[in-house]
Amino acid sequence: MGFQVIVFYSFAAWLIFSALMVISSKNSVKAALFLVLTFACASAIWLLLEAEFLALTLIVVYVGAVMVLLLFVVMMMDIDYAAMRQGFVKKLPLAIIISFAFFGLLFSFITHGDFSNEAYPLPTPHPEGYSNIKELGRILYTEYVIAFEIAAIILLVAIISAIALTFRGRKHRKAQVISEQLMATKKNRLKIVKMDAEINTSEEPQTEKEGDAK
Amino acid sequence: MMIQNQLLAIVLLPLLAALVVGLSGSLPRVWAHRLTVFAVAMSCILSVDVAIDQLTDQASPLNYNLYTWAQFGSFSMHVGFLIDDLTATMMAVVTFVSLMVHIYTVGYMKTDPDYQRFFSYISLFTFAMLTLVMSNNFMQLFFGWEAVGLVSYLLIGFWYKKPTAIFANLKAFLVNRVGDFGFLLGIAGVYFVFGTLDYAEVFEQVNNGYTDLLIPISDDIFWSATTFLCIGLFIGAMGKSAQVPLHVWLPDSMEGPTPISALIHAATMVTAGVFMVARMSPLFEQSEIALNFILIIGGTTALFMGFLGVIQNDIKRVIAYSTLSQLGYMVVALGASAYSVAIFHLVTHAFFKALLFLGAGSVIIAMHHEQDMRKMGNLKKYLPITYVTMLIGTLALIGTPLFSGFYSKDAIIESVQFSQLWASGYAYICVLIGVFFTALYSFRLFFMVFHTTERMDDETKSHLKEPSAVVWGPLIALAIPSLFIGYLLAPSMLSGEYFDGSIQVTEQHNSIAGIVEHYQHPFSLALGSVSHWPLWLAIAGVFTAYMVVVKKPELATKARKLLGPVNHILENNYYFDKIYINYISAGGVGLGHRFWKWIDVGIIDGIMVNGTAGLVASISAKVRHIQTGYLYHYVFVMVLGLLTLLGWLYWTALNH
Amino acid sequence: MIGLSDYLLLSAILFSISVAGIIINRKNVITLLMCIELMLLAVNTNFIAFSHFLHDTTGQVFVFFILTVAAAEAAIGLAIIVVLFRNKATIDVEQLNQLKG
Repeated sequence: MGFQVIVFYSFAAWLIFSALMVISSKNSVKAALFLVLTFACASAIWLLLEAEFLALTLIVVYVGAVMVLLLFVVMMMDIDYAAMRQGFVKKLPLAIIISFAFFGLLFSFITHGDFSNEAYPLPTPHPEGYSNIKELGRILYTEYVIAFEIAAIILLVAIISAIALTFRGRKHRKAQVISEQLMATKKNRLKIVKMDAEINTSEEPQTEKEGDAK
Repeated sequence: MMIQNQLLAIVLLPLLAALVVGLSGSLPRVWAHRLTVFAVAMSCILSVDVAIDQLTDQASPLNYNLYTWAQFGSFSMHVGFLIDDLTATMMAVVTFVSLMVHIYTVGYMKTDPDYQRFFSYISLFTFAMLTLVMSNNFMQLFFGWEAVGLVSYLLIGFWYKKPTAIFANLKAFLVNRVGDFGFLLGIAGVYFVFGTLDYAEVFEQVNNGYTDLLIPISDDIFWSATTFLCIGLFIGAMGKSAQVPLHVWLPDSMEGPTPISALIHAATMVTAGVFMVARMSPLFEQSEIALNFILIIGGTTALFMGFLGVIQNDIKRVIAYSTLSQLGYMVVALGASAYSVAIFHLVTHAFFKALLFLGAGSVIIAMHHEQDMRKMGNLKKYLPITYVTMLIGTLALIGTPLFSGFYSKDAIIESVQFSQLWASGYAYICVLIGVFFTALYSFRLFFMVFHTTERMDDETKSHLKEPSAVVWGPLIALAIPSLFIGYLLAPSMLSGEYFDGSIQVTEQHNSIAGIVEHYQHPFSLALGSVSHWPLWLAIAGVFTAYMVVVKKPELATKARKLLGPVNHILENNYYFDKIYINYISAGGVGLGHRFWKWIDVGIIDGIMVNGTAGLVASISAKVRHIQTGYLYHYVFVMVLGLLTLLGWLYWTALNH
Repeated sequence: MIGLSDYLLLSAILFSISVAGIIINRKNVITLLMCIELMLLAVNTNFIAFSHFLHDTTGQVFVFFILTVAAAEAAIGLAIIVVLFRNKATIDVEQLNQLKG
């Protein structure tokens, strides 16, 4: 038992520390990296709770995909981090009050509610050959199959919408812009320049002569 | 079956003619009058046939439903005919006068551009009046009642480019609506008390003894429902028959063409009220209060409208006030329960008043539409036929013995004398004095128009001649019944046998009984009149008129000066018009304006419609500042909300 | 030994930290996204702890779904931020108030 206690407390301490760093670090890149650390600690704690598959998924999906995406976005943007810190200290007391209120409430829930070891004894360890993945998969594909399908569709929608939002179209395409063609008017196609009539000075005397002859 | 088709033809022929002439647009003028005159002539012949059958008791009274118009539960509305002595008499009078007016119109409206429209209207009027008199239930009566009102409205405003005509027809329409309101209340009362609108069923219930409903007004005052509905029905009659104080529309209705004044506003439509009360005689007999009310209204109208006739200068207006006064006589007879006498006077009056109007029309044609009597004079030289016929009409009107008006008017005066109702004393004095003034204004008109010096200009004088035969033909045709109809009908009318089937009088109101008792041969009645007041009063009236108009015209101006304030009141028509316009209409307009200003603009528009929108706008203008657009504000509120929710959960968990 | 309440307390602390992070970060939308991820992590930890102590795998299934939705949310959120930065050249939350009433 001792080993588990050590593991729990040390990872819990790291978890809290890195979470605090996430919310307080100046640099978004740093914050993202601390978030990775938080997820890693959480995943270790999930392993203690015998949720092996989810713990690994957390590492693979979050740390491997989401966090990389996050870092990618953060680095892509040109952000003035100095300006980002304004008002930080000013709002700190309020944040502390509210988060302590939350914590107080949740704490009193937990202590008043009967979550003691007697009410929730440590579960008996799983027999040998028990597979968390198998058990999870069995439930997921039987009882929750419709929810599972919906989750798949949500992911698909997320992919499409993320692309649709950011896709700017191929550059230098040779395609008609029909609306522009329809809205074309004479004014933006034809330019009429006002100018004086050109007078051929050499022919002027001739016409005078003709007038005289008549 | 034969007789039913005949009745249907009487009613529908004029309607058909009216529709064809009115809707066909460009019908030639000749065909317009040919069609309508033919239709009305046929209708007249058939009506006279029906009347002869009924009056000689060769046919029994008919009462049947033709068509069920509508049915709601146990209540049904029918179109049906009730043909008895009363109806048949009215049908014959209506169609005969209408026929005369149709023929006369051919001459009178010769140059009018809306010739066809006019014929369409008067034929339509004949149809409406016939439905009214032939009806066997209250709904159809009301239909006919409103239909004649509508045609009257259309015809008063026939020359719709004349502002005075438009004013007059609107006035007639509105005043009639006041009466109709009472009439509708009366009809509703009939349904309320008897549960049916069929005449025969209502009268049967009355005769078999019914329980009168009492309307509680307060804890110990109760009104008889019968009295209430009788007065309601009579208010309708007051509107249609132009009784004080709803008489104001009739003098103004003279803005319409003269044939119309003769047909609608003298002979037929205005007598609809009298007819209706006579028809409802079993009902009115049940309520002494209503009868007294009728006596007072009738007496007042008979006397005070006669006064007004004396000071008018417009030839048509004199006759119009005379009509009002004579309608008052009829109503007095109704009040005295002498219904048959009222109908008798209605019939004789229809002939001689139509004659007088058509005669006046003839004068007006000859004078090129000049109606002011002060610009006429000595017309007997130019218009001999009109002169003679007008003389007959005037003599009939003032009640000269042997002329038709004598018998009916004397009968009215006598029946009032015999009446036992407390208001009959007042009514008796009114009708008696009325005789003097009737003679005075009638002969004043007669002398001013046909005698004295010629006051018209030379231009008019050069054109003065008797109008064509279509004009004087009807005059002669009407002069004959004006002379003899009273003499012929008096025996049956005054012996009380004439309407024995259709009019009912209870024992204690039977004022005709007195006349019946003293009944003599018509001729000896005429001789006997020498010993009665009315004849001498009439002679005095004629003499006064002769003195004032012919002999000493300066007497008139003197009298005017002497009676300054009275004259002033008379010239303003007792201020009825002023009161109506300045107080009632202006009050209504003012009230409406205030309602519009306060309720419509103020409350509905201001507070409810715009106020709601304004409230929403002003509240949202303030509330929208909450929505700052800053993400962290929203987050902050969300977090606070979550905190509150958790706190609330915790608090409830603690308390359990 | 480590009981259920220890895990619950840990996730409560994590949640409170992320709430504080959301409130103090006024400038950077990306940090806000990270705080949301932290919140979800706290919730997930709760789910897994209960699942473990109640012997019910359903809790893990829910975590699975939450991970899915969170991944989708992160992808779309980041895409929106990219577009936003392209149009306004800033991710400063204080300047993004065009939706104000």
